[in-house]
Formats: sequence, structure tokens, C-alpha cells
Amino acid sequence: MRRAGLILAPYLWLLALFLVPFLIVLKISLSDQALAIPPYTPTLDITAGWQGITDWFSGLDLENYWFLTDDDLYWKAYRSSLKIASLSTLMTLLVAYPIAYGMARTADEWRPTLMMLVILPFWTSFLIRVYSWKAILSQEGLLNQFLMWIGVINEPLVILNTTTAVYIGIVYTYLPFMVLPIYAALEKLDGSLLEAAEDLGCSRLQAFWLITVPLSKQGIIAGSFLVFIPAMGEFVIPDLLGGSKTLMIGKVLWEEFFTNRDWPVASAVAVVLLLLLIIPIILFQRNEQKNREADG
Amino acid sequence: MRKLSWFNVTSLFLGLAFLYLPMIILVIYSFNGGKLVTVWSGFSTKWYVVLFHDQAFLNAAWITLKVAVISSTVATLLGTMAAIVLVRSGRFLGRTLFSGMIYAPLVMPDVITGLALLLLFIAIGIDRGILTIVLAHITFSMCFVSVVVSSRLASFDQSLEEAALDLGCTPFDAFKSVTLPIIAPAVISGWLLAFTLSLDDLVISSFMSGPSSTTLPIKIYSAVRLGVNPEINALSTIMIAFVSVGVISVSLLSKRSIARRQREEQEAIG
Repeated sequence: MRRAGLILAPYLWLLALFLVPFLIVLKISLSDQALAIPPYTPTLDITAGWQGITDWFSGLDLENYWFLTDDDLYWKAYRSSLKIASLSTLMTLLVAYPIAYGMARTADEWRPTLMMLVILPFWTSFLIRVYSWKAILSQEGLLNQFLMWIGVINEPLVILNTTTAVYIGIVYTYLPFMVLPIYAALEKLDGSLLEAAEDLGCSRLQAFWLITVPLSKQGIIAGSFLVFIPAMGEFVIPDLLGGSKTLMIGKVLWEEFFTNRDWPVASAVAVVLLLLLIIPIILFQRNEQKNREADG
Repeated sequence: MRKLSWFNVTSLFLGLAFLYLPMIILVIYSFNGGKLVTVWSGFSTKWYVVLFHDQAFLNAAWITLKVAVISSTVATLLGTMAAIVLVRSGRFLGRTLFSGMIYAPLVMPDVITGLALLLLFIAIGIDRGILTIVLAHITFSMCFVSVVVSSRLASFDQSLEEAALDLGCTPFDAFKSVTLPIIAPAVISGWLLAFTLSLDDLVISSFMSGPSSTTLPIKIYSAVRLGVNPEINALSTIMIAFVSVGVISVSLLSKRSIARRQREEQEAIG
């Protein structure tokens, strides 16, 4: 009895507030926009009995999805989100790995401090951390002032409101998500394996490629999912740093909803984004489950 | 894995510089006297004075704090329950669905979660406002709590609780006096995580909020959209200081408690 209660409370909560909402999104993506409250038709009228239900069904169609394929904008936005998310995941990995590696090689007494230093930015506001780059990257910003002062450039670079700024923003804000799982994997690595490899004639670089990298695979995979999936639907970073030229699907969805008030199209955009993400999300969940069982 | 090479030191140094420089610059420029944010014109605390007289910001901060306290507390309760189910319950009908619903929100883009929840609330006729923000925050942060707590639960020796049951404890007593003290640090960090996530959320809150429920991130966002704003720099500095003090003191406390536990174990053996 108690066990049933324990399961039911979180289960029902997630069903009602996580799963059901997605079904509603799916349904509304098949509806039409209307100048009413709520701004879509058809709405289900239970009081009309069977007639009401059949009317509701016949009012649903794939029109919004056809609309997405008609307009070039959506296709471009999905493609550019995919590109930005994949490339920035790769860049985050390249920046994060040496940091995690350095942490794992530090003496035991320093590790908690380094760990805390990496986690601390994660606890500070995401919005503020993204915003902090505005003052650095703008035309008259500190980066340009610095570069002109040391004489590398003569004219300020345009970085803010370009895709470059979006890449910097994603790498910066998601860095802890990549460092921590890789560090967790490297920390467990048995140093004697590397010694054995070197005794058997491996160079240090070979030992790194053949032993360290494969053994930290779990961390790399977990970190990459933690960066890639949210980056795909990112809104704040492209909006604050990317300007109007950067096209990302999270921003398109936002504008479709808040600016155009076209809820059915916004829902269709969300459904397609979710379809793109469903495989990575399932793989992520499997991976986490496997890691937990390995630890337990 | 010992011996720090110059490569390790450089990468650690550059990595930390990358993480901290933008925030340090923000803090320094919050004490800038001028309105231009990229030109230094003397030390001043005037933006803090402006901020503390800005009623709209103070109201938003108060709403945000209320939402965060309520949602993180409920989320901790539900998340801990979910963690116990995940780790202890073995197989039950719909287990895969359950664990899927726990892990998916961790990575789900905010725009999708926000849109989906909003459409639900509209379909069942709940007005947008503080209540809807709280419900949304509970939903995604309980998943984070459950992941934090379940990793602690998985590494904990269940025979301790069985021993308590053998010695005549009721299941509830055994949980309260054996399991709970052991998972307490994870529950507390789960609460803190839920609290921070709630304080920080912009996208989901924007979908959820009505006219009288502007939270701090929504307020900050509308202020910085058009450019850099010195008042926001002051606010950011306060938030960064707050978090730093919190994180540093929690990690010092946990360091001390680990040291104490090790000492006690030593004494018990010796």
C-alpha cells in the first residue's frame, strides 16, 4: 500500500504535467489558428456528445506541417540549429577535456577546490552569464578595446550579433556540463594502466589515445548529450548574443508563439524539434541508466 | 594519474580564466560611475542605490524568491520519492516510461516544456500566474532532485536498513533513522539545485507568467535585450556574491563533516 503511494505520487505528477502536455501540443499542432480564446480551432465540445467528438476529429489535419515545409525559414532554422548545436558540442568537448584532464591529475587535496571552481558558475544565473558577454563582444566592447590596444587589429571586429557570438555563448555556459562527467570518468582511471602501456613501448600520446580516451568514453558521451540536446532548442543565447541574423529553431518557436500568436504553427515546430531530439534523448537516458547501474 | 605537467597547469589556468573573466568584468563594471558600460569613469556605488530604489525589481525579486522556496520544497519531496522508486522498486508496470519521464526533462529544451505546459494550463482553464510558474518549476526540478538523490541511494548499503527492520523497526522508522540521515546531504543539495533552477528560469516562466507575476529573470531579460545596463550589472554582482558565499560555505562545511566522519571511523577502529 505504502509502496503504491510512493510510486503513484511522482508518477501521476509527471504523467499529468509532463506527458499529457505533449499530447496536447501534438493535438494543437493539428488544429487551425483562430481569432478566439484559445486562439485555435477546433475545441473539443464534450457536451455535444458523439457529434462533438467526430466534429473535433474531422477538424484536425496536417496543414501546419505542410506549412513548415512550404516556408524556407523553418527548414533553414532546423538546419542551422543542428549545425550550431553539433559544432558547439564539439568545441565544448575540445575546451573541456584538457580542463577535466588537468583536474584529474591534480593532487588529491586540490581536487575539491577545483571541482568547486568549475561548479560555481553553474550555480550562478545562466541569464547573467550569457549577458556578461554582451559587454565583452560588442563593437566598442572590452575584447575589441584590448585587441586594438595590443595592436592586433586596427578596426573593431563585429562579433556580437553574429553566429560566432552564439558559439562562444554556448561553449561558455555549457562548459561545466562537459567538464564534470569527463572528470568523473578520468578520476576513476587506474594510473597503472598508463604505466603498463608505457612499459610496453607506447609513447605518452599513444597511451593517451589508446587508454585514457576510450576509458573516458562514458563521460564524453554523457557530456555531449548534456550540451547538444539543450543547445538544439536554445533560445536565450541566440536571442541575446546572435542578433536578428542568427536563425535557431528555439527562437523561431518563441517568435511564432509570442509575436505571431500562431499557436498551432508553434506547436508543429515543437513537435518536429522533439522528433529530431527523441533519439538523442532516449540514448541519453539509456546511457545514464547504464552508468548508474555500473556505479551501484 | 599523478604528476602535473605544464600542459595541465596551463589548461586549468586558461579554463578557469575563461569561466571567471566575464563574471569578474561584470562585477568590476557594476562599480563604474558612468552610464557607458564599456568606458571606465571612476568608482561609484550609484547603480546599487538606483537598484534598491527600483520598486519593480524589488517586487520581481520577492515573487521569484517565493516561487523558488515553494517549488523547490515540493520538488525535493516528489523527487526523493521518485528516486526511492527508481532505485528500490525493481520492476513495475510502466517503469521504462517512469524513468524516461525522469530523465527527459533534464535535457528537454525549455521552449518545448514551456509551450507544452502552457497549452495544458489553458486547456484545463488555469489562469497564468504564480501558481502556474510554481507547478512548472516543480515539474522540471523534481527530476534533477531525483537524479541527485538516486545516485546517493544507489551507493548506499541496503543491509543497514534491513538490519534495522530485523531489530524491530517499522519500515517508516527504519527509513527515518537509517536511510534519511545517510541520503540527507543529497536531499539538501537536491533542494539547493531545485532552488537555483527556479531562481534562474527565464523561458518556462515567460510562458507561464501573467501580468502580475513578473519574475526577476523576466525583468532582467527585458532590461538587457536592447543592450548593456548598469543597473543589471549591480544586480548581477549581488547575485554572484550571494551564490559564491553559498557555494563556498557549503563546500567548507561538507569538507569538515567528511573529515569528522573519517576521524570517528578511525577512532572506532582503533
